[in-house]
Amino acid sequence: MKNWYMLTVVGADRAGIVARLTRELFDAGAYLGEASMLRLGGNFTIMLMVCGTWSADGLRERLSAVAGEWGLRVHVDAIEGGLHQHVLPDVRVHVHGADRVGIVAEVTEVLARLDVNILSLDSDVGGVHAAPFYVMQIEGVATAGVGAVEAALEPLRARGIDVRVETIETLVG
Amino acid sequence: MAVLEILLWPDERLRRPSLAVEAFDAEFQAFVADLEETRRAGPAAVGIAAPQVGRHQQVVIVDCSQTRRPVPNHGWLVLVNPQILSWEGHAMGREGCLSVPDYTGNVLRAERITLRAHDPDGQMHEYDMEGFEARAVQHELDHLDGRVFLDRVVSRHTDVFRRKQYT
Repeated sequence: MKNWYMLTVVGADRAGIVARLTRELFDAGAYLGEASMLRLGGNFTIMLMVCGTWSADGLRERLSAVAGEWGLRVHVDAIEGGLHQHVLPDVRVHVHGADRVGIVAEVTEVLARLDVNILSLDSDVGGVHAAPFYVMQIEGVATAGVGAVEAALEPLRARGIDVRVETIETLVG
Repeated sequence: MAVLEILLWPDERLRRPSLAVEAFDAEFQAFVADLEETRRAGPAAVGIAAPQVGRHQQVVIVDCSQTRRPVPNHGWLVLVNPQILSWEGHAMGREGCLSVPDYTGNVLRAERITLRAHDPDGQMHEYDMEGFEARAVQHELDHLDGRVFLDRVVSRHTDVFRRKQYT
């Protein structure tokens, strides 16, 4: 029986990790689903859906050699569901401001109170060491409507956080 | 009228360019009616192009009058032998396609266009379009050239890009 797993791999970044990892998975008879690779703070990170006949322990074992060779930490979780589970976002929130603790919590707590289902969140820190700034983009489903999200986030502006809310109108043609 | 079969990517017929419409006859009118019925049968499509149902003629339908938030639009339009005369600006927006189910991505399009097209009776019109409607027309016209939005996807998730500075 085939099972889906969420495979998370983290390690020091270097060229060739994805190729080595996916070759190993291919040789193990894996079928790959959705994947997201990001370089976060100089670290290589990837999460990918992997389908195969092995157990979670079997998949870990199968990847242990490549993990040791490339200095990667591997985490495997059995997951429910599979492909074709997409949900379309209808709201996008852009946030930027001077970097300080608590921005993500402040913004996402407001969204949570409105039952906004966050589908993706990307954030980054730029600027210079002495004056870093924070940038975040969130896409989600605004159950209460985009106007409600806009109104609820408005007070954050008074606290020096620049917030922009946009409707995402997906064109189907 | 009939709901026609939508070709699904990667059907190679979606790669074929379309030819100009020359006969605005009853058979053509009947096809346009079928194309519209097919658009309405799909999942909330604002447009459809003839090659998506395997007919390689330069005809598309767009209707941006029913969006979640109202956008500038010319209502229901059948555009025959459409030609974009001018482009201006650029904007990123999320697109999907009846022929590319279960996938959406961000695509860069011109923000404003001037378009010339025949109507289904063969009369020529010019339209100034902007925003979502301009995007819909560019998406559909791509089909007439054998392109799908996957050919233009910039990013699936984010729309961050350096804004061009005009000085």
